[in-house]
Amino acid sequence: MMQKSALNVKKIRQDFPILKRKVMGGKQLVYLDNAATTQKPLAVIDAISDYYSNYNSNIHRAVHQMAEEATIAYEETRQKIAKFINARHTDEIIFTRNTTEAINLVSYSWGRANVSRGDKVVISEIEHHSNIVPWQILTQEKGAKLEYVGVDDSGYLKMQEYEKYLASKKVKLVSLSQMSNVLGTIVPIEKMIKMSHEKGIPVLVDGAQSVPHMPVNVQKMDCDFMAFSAHKMLGPTGVGVLYVKREILEKMQPFIGGGDMIKEVHKYETRYNDLPYKFEGGTPNIADVIGFGAALDYLTNIGMDRVREHEIEITKYALDKITGVKGVTLYGPPNAKDRGGVVSFNIGDIHPHDLATIMNDRGVAIRSGHHCAQVLMERLDVSATSRASFYIYNTKDEVDTFIDALSEARRLFRI
Amino acid sequence: MSDDIYREIILDHYRNPRNKGKISSPDVSIHDSNPLCGDEIDIHLKVEGDKIKDIKFEGRGCAISQASASMLTEMVMNKPLTSVKDMTKDDILEEIGLTSLGPARIKCALLSLKVLKLGMVKYYADRDDPDSAKKLQDDTRSL
Repeated sequence: MMQKSALNVKKIRQDFPILKRKVMGGKQLVYLDNAATTQKPLAVIDAISDYYSNYNSNIHRAVHQMAEEATIAYEETRQKIAKFINARHTDEIIFTRNTTEAINLVSYSWGRANVSRGDKVVISEIEHHSNIVPWQILTQEKGAKLEYVGVDDSGYLKMQEYEKYLASKKVKLVSLSQMSNVLGTIVPIEKMIKMSHEKGIPVLVDGAQSVPHMPVNVQKMDCDFMAFSAHKMLGPTGVGVLYVKREILEKMQPFIGGGDMIKEVHKYETRYNDLPYKFEGGTPNIADVIGFGAALDYLTNIGMDRVREHEIEITKYALDKITGVKGVTLYGPPNAKDRGGVVSFNIGDIHPHDLATIMNDRGVAIRSGHHCAQVLMERLDVSATSRASFYIYNTKDEVDTFIDALSEARRLFRI
Repeated sequence: MSDDIYREIILDHYRNPRNKGKISSPDVSIHDSNPLCGDEIDIHLKVEGDKIKDIKFEGRGCAISQASASMLTEMVMNKPLTSVKDMTKDDILEEIGLTSLGPARIKCALLSLKVLKLGMVKYYADRDDPDSAKKLQDDTRSL
């Protein structure tokens, strides 16, 4: 059993060089934009630097020593990912550029082969654009239909609507975010996958927000596809992961054709490589995959259950504090246990971009805008929200600084 | 710094925008948005002779984008088209008093001018004046 003690945040902060940074003329940086991307510990930066300094070479083909070292390091990350999400087989893990590319891989490869005219793909109103646009492209191309499970005023998905959609024999795929990047809502994904499987419908889980922030077990969840990104979990940008159950992957056609994904190429035909290489055309992002390995070690060392505990605690603290600020409208589930470390809100008639500018002057980095979730913004009837999002290195003192900056904004706007 | 941005005049134009609304049968209507922020501006124009007879805007977004749109309409109302054609980003930034915005927020301040210029691209293109249309189109690229 992993020890359940609270995180030693002070010690963790020492591992992140950027957190020492001053911004806006000497203000201590308070970084609360972790749902967009997280900061990187020195171990990750060092791993990338070590690769380029000591064994930079292309993988899988050359026989020289450095190529072998690079291949081993790259493939070790794949094994670490399989272990991290408890995949049954390492060859179920495919490297992509990011979550977006992972979902596009499924829509172009699996979707093109399995979705036809009149069929339906079911998503929800809380989806990020990366889990909307690929399905719009696919359904428009095929003459199929996209259906949205609605979200209620507290930020929960409407399960009756989901049940109603599943009753249609035309549904070919369900694709859902496990955690909303705006509302923080954690959806009852296991239950929803079970309901879908009872009708024989496969499920893709967008884990971009969930995998970095809570324990995720793909076998227990029983999802058919899962996508997530390294950069939202201490790793570098440019590395995404697609998990696909082997029996599904074996039937899928390649997404990107080219080098490394082949066994033999002749003038008019090609024999594709084995899994998972069949889906990794071209020289991959070797350095950053190796860097991601160091990020996974760092998180595994802490333990994802403790990461989650810390975020519940800090989110609850932030929710309690912000509720006391006059003029604030909060979005998403009221209970910190039903949401990730994300607090979205508006205050009076201050536009989120104005608020973010005022916060920035005080060293506080928050996100403002539609968060790549314009369908949800329309549903909430707002053009934008402000969002503070937390990770393992955030402290209650930082939340206090953020709340003080909110009060400053109220003063400037005479609210 | 944000104390300098959110001055009384900006908040006044944000909360009490001038020339906001529609025009019946406008000569040009044009819409654009700032993907960074999601700010949206529609501009409607009525032209008489070589003058802007009426200008109205609709939109939603941050205080900077909406206040600058409001002030822009006051700047160009009843002005000759040529003066809009020659208007630069510095003209509007000086008028609204925001000359030290960073690269992100400056887009908010310039959105309305971009929309107005795009509207005039359409106006000139419809009236067989490709040279003016091209000049204005080029202007919008730097906004």
